[in-house]
Amino acid sequence: MSHRALATYMTDKVGPLPFCPGCGHTVLIKALDKALVKLAPDPKQVVIVTDIGCIGLADRHFITNAFHGLHGRSITYACGLKLARPELSVITLMGDGACGIGGTHLLNVARRNIGITLLVANNLNYGMTGGQHSVTTPTGGMTSTTPWGNIERPMDLCGTAVAAGAAWVHRATSFDGNLPDILATAIGQPGFAMVEVWELCTAHYVPRNKFGKKDLIALRQSFGFEHGPLVDRMRPEYTEWHREAFERGRGQAPPPPTIETCYSNRVSRKTGIVIAGSAGQKIRSTATAFAKAAMYTGLNATQKDDYPITVLTGFSVSELILSPETIEYTAIESPDYVILLSADGVKRVRAKIGQLAASCTIYADAALELPETEARVVRLPLEAVSKVTTATAALAAMLTHTELFPHEALEKAFRVFRSPSIAEQNLKAMAEGTALIDMTRQAGSTGGAE
Amino acid sequence: MPHHPSRGGAAPSKRGRRMGRVFIEGNEAIARGAMRAGCSFFASYPITPASSILRYMLQMIPEAGGTVLQAEDEIASMGFCIGASMAGRRVLTSTSGPGLSLYSENIGLAITGETPMVIVDIQRQGPATGSATKGAEGDIQFARWGTSGGLPIIALSPATISEAYELTYRAFNFAEQYRTPVLLLANKELGVTMETFDEEAVDLPPLVERRRVAPDAPEYLPHLFSSPEEVPAISDFGGPHIARFTTSTHDPTAYLTTNPAAIQEMIDHYAAKIDHAADDLALVREDLQEGADTLIVSYGVTSRSAAAAVTEARSRGKRISSLVLQTLWPVPQAAIRKAMSGVRKIVVPEMNMGQYRIEIERLAPPDVEVVGVMKMNTLLVSPREILEKGNLL
Repeated sequence: MSHRALATYMTDKVGPLPFCPGCGHTVLIKALDKALVKLAPDPKQVVIVTDIGCIGLADRHFITNAFHGLHGRSITYACGLKLARPELSVITLMGDGACGIGGTHLLNVARRNIGITLLVANNLNYGMTGGQHSVTTPTGGMTSTTPWGNIERPMDLCGTAVAAGAAWVHRATSFDGNLPDILATAIGQPGFAMVEVWELCTAHYVPRNKFGKKDLIALRQSFGFEHGPLVDRMRPEYTEWHREAFERGRGQAPPPPTIETCYSNRVSRKTGIVIAGSAGQKIRSTATAFAKAAMYTGLNATQKDDYPITVLTGFSVSELILSPETIEYTAIESPDYVILLSADGVKRVRAKIGQLAASCTIYADAALELPETEARVVRLPLEAVSKVTTATAALAAMLTHTELFPHEALEKAFRVFRSPSIAEQNLKAMAEGTALIDMTRQAGSTGGAE
Repeated sequence: MPHHPSRGGAAPSKRGRRMGRVFIEGNEAIARGAMRAGCSFFASYPITPASSILRYMLQMIPEAGGTVLQAEDEIASMGFCIGASMAGRRVLTSTSGPGLSLYSENIGLAITGETPMVIVDIQRQGPATGSATKGAEGDIQFARWGTSGGLPIIALSPATISEAYELTYRAFNFAEQYRTPVLLLANKELGVTMETFDEEAVDLPPLVERRRVAPDAPEYLPHLFSSPEEVPAISDFGGPHIARFTTSTHDPTAYLTTNPAAIQEMIDHYAAKIDHAADDLALVREDLQEGADTLIVSYGVTSRSAAAAVTEARSRGKRISSLVLQTLWPVPQAAIRKAMSGVRKIVVPEMNMGQYRIEIERLAPPDVEVVGVMKMNTLLVSPREILEKGNLL
């Protein structure tokens, strides 16, 4: 971080620090300047990120980069800057108010250990908006919004950060003579480092509570909030960890194969297929294989799935459209083929079944009870087929029956897109399904509606 | 600290480009479009039906040396992205309606900070939690007016899987060129529907990089423009200059100002840079028929139903034109006015209660009837509904 030595990192170009006489912010900001002088970084490699509140007026008084963001969110911008350029030294200044509205960001930056420095100017109330109580206002404290004394317990900010896993945490006051050294040590940490600085708000909290330095110290002790270094533990810094993890992730997800046309088809118009079954029947993945098979024959395809949020239970329905043309409207109002594989599936599409046209063919597990329908029904005795391949068997039966495209296309889809063992399982089911339709044909039951 | 292997503003690249047909969902096409556009930073909070974009980005971004973070909430997603963008990354975030609500304040920040970023909204049925897994187009006006101040943003709406890819790519170009957030308003019906897609078949313009201040310039004024519509050159945090960024009213230096004249000048600039670029930003697909008495204006997946309705109506001998808007904001007024010319009726089908119809009504001549086909029950507007409610049979 070394750079030509600077006597100060502050500028008077925008005037003197604007804080009230006796305000702890002035002490903190001057201590930060001294810490920077001690560390001597290139100002271009330092970003001071500020939150909303009086402390948010500070960033422009520095010659470093400055980022002044929304209330409670300064940690998020700091993390974005750090993640994008890990070499930057990112120092965030926020008040106790921001710890309330943006508490989740405090928890999560501590937990992740992103290598930013967080300086919390805790003056026990909202100064900028008129002395309202904050999450750190002491119990009994008088503020503009606690006219009978604060009835809430103050939040232990440092303890919260420690509990969330922070690597380096220190509680100080603006009266600590070694504050610049504490800040310099914090900024020098590789991981997340937090310094909470207890301060007097001379505009609001001091006059309302007849409050001074001694009271501040005593108050801290009365709540059992420890002073000084609270934790200093080695943890992997996040941006470094992220870099290593993502380097390991390279090449882990090669793009899947493309689908070239290598078979022909007999699909001359937009054709809708609804496959309805249950979780565990591999409805969706089998539908996807079928769509890819259709693409091997030069067709276009769409697929939509319908299933409960709790994916391992209940119905599972896939809707496929196959077409030699571009597919515009992707809903199926009048399916050409409906595959029914479980009672859950029948229940989910029951209303559709009742409206099916006579030109539609249903391929249904022989064991299922079906509602009344105009459609032609082909019964498939699927009880001998393994549950995870019933959809494959039924689709193979449908392919054999309709000759929409050759079986080889579906075999190829399984071979190319599935592991060898899963592909073999599905190829076996295709043979089973084909045998079922042949058997059903011999029994003469494919000729019309039941 | 080691340098990150990849910074933002990567040179035009064909990384991740795929030849031949694949069968993927719209969300994957969006992620591919982002990667093709040089996206190097992605942060997002899981939300149906946008969640899978996070997964695809995690699969693809390691190859490009980029960063992906699952944020603690939508507010953090936006914060991470804004920080990373100002440090030079090309950034993307994705969400759905409930998450867009939480993006709102930070969208304002990105406008005032002139932050290039792309925001994908895979719309779902609302309001509130609504139907998480069902489609809708309920965020159209919300996207335009969704942050305090009411300043213009750019919003594109893809209809097909190819457009999901193409418009994501173009959204990055617009974001970088105009230093502004760009919203991609997609629909669950596109995001999680699998379709045949051929990346090679999509024509893309060259990659646009943000204009950067010369490294040897003596200083960087973050919002410097010589005329209101000029997009200020940028210098990234951590780059050759001291950079500043502020959420407060500011002058070109990015220092707080309370001077009304300086504030007005900046506000005029935010509006002018988008308004002035309206022609460049106006992406539409025209299918205009000579002597048509009816025009269908549509966008998003509903435009696919409109296309089917137009084919059907023409087969019945109707003379009918179609205008599909890929750009929703700013309103492509010139293209809309041109398409309206000579028609007596305009039909506007939407998966909401008529959000964009009010823009069309605003532009339509007084003697032209504007008919909304409004549907907000989670289902697609069907071609038949357009024909029937538009009285086109």
